[in-house]
Amino acid sequence: MSRYSRHIVLDEIGQAGQEKISQAKVLVIGAGGLGCPALQYLTAAGIGIIGIIDFDIVEESNLQRQILFGTSSLGINKAIAAKNRLEDLNPTINIKAFAEKLTPRNALDLFEGYDIIVDGTDNFAARYLINDASILSNKPVVYGAIYKFEGQVSVFNYQNGPSYRCLFATPPKEGSVANCSEVGVLGVLPGIIGTMQANEVIKIILGFDNVLSGKLFCFNARTSETITLKITKSASEIENVKALEDSFSNLDLDSFCESPVAEISVEEAIQLGNSLFIDVRELGEKPSVELVNCIQIPLGKLEQELDQIDSEKNKILFCQTGIRSRKAVKILQEHSQHNCYNLKGGAETILAHQKLEIK
Amino acid sequence: MNLKIRYFGLLAEITNRSEETVAFSKSSVSDLLELLFEKYPELKEKDFQVAQDLEIVSKDTLLLESEIALLPPFSGG
Repeated sequence: MSRYSRHIVLDEIGQAGQEKISQAKVLVIGAGGLGCPALQYLTAAGIGIIGIIDFDIVEESNLQRQILFGTSSLGINKAIAAKNRLEDLNPTINIKAFAEKLTPRNALDLFEGYDIIVDGTDNFAARYLINDASILSNKPVVYGAIYKFEGQVSVFNYQNGPSYRCLFATPPKEGSVANCSEVGVLGVLPGIIGTMQANEVIKIILGFDNVLSGKLFCFNARTSETITLKITKSASEIENVKALEDSFSNLDLDSFCESPVAEISVEEAIQLGNSLFIDVRELGEKPSVELVNCIQIPLGKLEQELDQIDSEKNKILFCQTGIRSRKAVKILQEHSQHNCYNLKGGAETILAHQKLEIK
Repeated sequence: MNLKIRYFGLLAEITNRSEETVAFSKSSVSDLLELLFEKYPELKEKDFQVAQDLEIVSKDTLLLESEIALLPPFSGG
């Protein structure tokens, strides 16, 4: 096929490599500054199936950098407008548009149908959601992010490599990092970074060495300086995400962008000392836990019974699975209580630990 | 020892420079951060990672006569 002849003639790609590209399935999340250029090159390269998810519409202020769109796209959903333009660019591939928001509810099902995820979003909640969903579905994420004149590129969760949480474990404090709409961005920058993301996708598909896994590539468009930093995998960050598997689809999107809740194991809690265990389950819930330094306040009553809690102590909150106690930690944090921890594994781990101690 | 420190993103705006060299005698990354927080109190409010010789390191890492980079997360797209 003459469409891909310039690929096929390359020894490093050839007919076999182009075949791999045409078999690949890539999901691009966000058809904005990063997603548009990534989509253009991935479409032109002949990726077999491309999914595009974006809930936003094309606005005039997007056209300075999102050059997939023209004035005729104004007011149209970005995923749909992108699909329309890309089908003209390459009608031989399959492009699916999802005019909706990525949420914990739809993420895992959606990821299922693709080999590689491209993160072209513009907010931390979506970035942490993508990271966590990609860990749970075992898909690599090609990450790009920008700020004014600077961009970052990396590949996360690739062949057991580091994840985004291994670099930045938790989202920054709300409002501490502005987005493009607030601070502006050089139009050509997302073009460069998004194109580099497309390049990483192609490298992964073709099985090239030196994928940007475990590395963060940083580019400054004003100085043309680049720097590549090494990222080390943190097994515990990845385990924390895996622990969410059963509850993931019920999580609130906002929970991916909230102040972090410290998790603690029962062994760590005991070592910590000066601790007060707080059982936030309903009265009578099994298994019952008997500890000297333990009080019970059901989650629903926590705010009314704050005076029961000695604020000088390390507060270890637990329930059955860790979901209610996580909420409880947040409630205490909102009431300016420090040193609050969510017990990993809930009531069962306390009992298991007690049994172990008796033996 | 002399440390070259590079600032990225909004950290460069807070410090009003993209890099500087500081003379420093203590030993760990967290000691260095304390010094920088004194010099630039606004830094304390920001989230960032520290790299030493092009490798992201934890706060208790011992400093070498090396290049340090302070890297904030970016969310834009």
